[in-house]
Amino acid sequence: MPKPTKGARMGGSAAHQKAMLANLARSLFQHGRITTTEAKARRLRPYAERLITKAKKGDLHNRRLVLRDITDKDTVYTLFSEIAPRYSSRPGGYTRITKIGNRRGDNAPMAVIELVESLTVAQQATGEAEAATKRAVKEQEAKNAEAAEAKADEAAEEGVPNGTPEVEEG
Amino acid sequence: MAVPKRKMSRSNTRHRRSQWKAAVPALVECERCNEPKLQHIACPSCGIYNGRQVIEV
Repeated sequence: MPKPTKGARMGGSAAHQKAMLANLARSLFQHGRITTTEAKARRLRPYAERLITKAKKGDLHNRRLVLRDITDKDTVYTLFSEIAPRYSSRPGGYTRITKIGNRRGDNAPMAVIELVESLTVAQQATGEAEAATKRAVKEQEAKNAEAAEAKADEAAEEGVPNGTPEVEEG
Repeated sequence: MAVPKRKMSRSNTRHRRSQWKAAVPALVECERCNEPKLQHIACPSCGIYNGRQVIEV
């Protein structure tokens, strides 16, 4: 059985949903920031970021994959030529959602979703440094775990001859 | 179909309705303009969230 997509349904049929996401993504790439309901923004974020990831690869195949969703050629051109190069050093997280309170009329929670600015050199350096520290910590932990396991194995091997008589006594 | 057996007394109705209460929203002070605002939401009076101008005012 097909598994339904995560997140809010956004009303309407599957086709309506697809069209809505494509239109939201197109508007986002055209304007850089759009105001919409929070549910739509949350649905749009992974969709738009996947398109940007495709645009970052930048080859013809990926361009055709993006054109399947966003049929507006001008928008796809700006996505590939202006938006994607901005994020060449950013490992994901190309959009930002900020809640702006509820709408008058139907009290729907609204949000602004925008394309984030490109990383500055300093930010990039800190990001890499943090990643390196995390990696080092992980490796250290793995080493410790291995050492602990080896010790445990040794202990178990020593423990077996001692343990058998006890069982016999019992 | 199940239907009420007795008329609901005014006392019972009023007692039930006296429990309808609006909760006071937990407000915090905006960092920029010191106006009360909701937590985790851009300030409606100055449009700042997390040091960023989110809404045009």
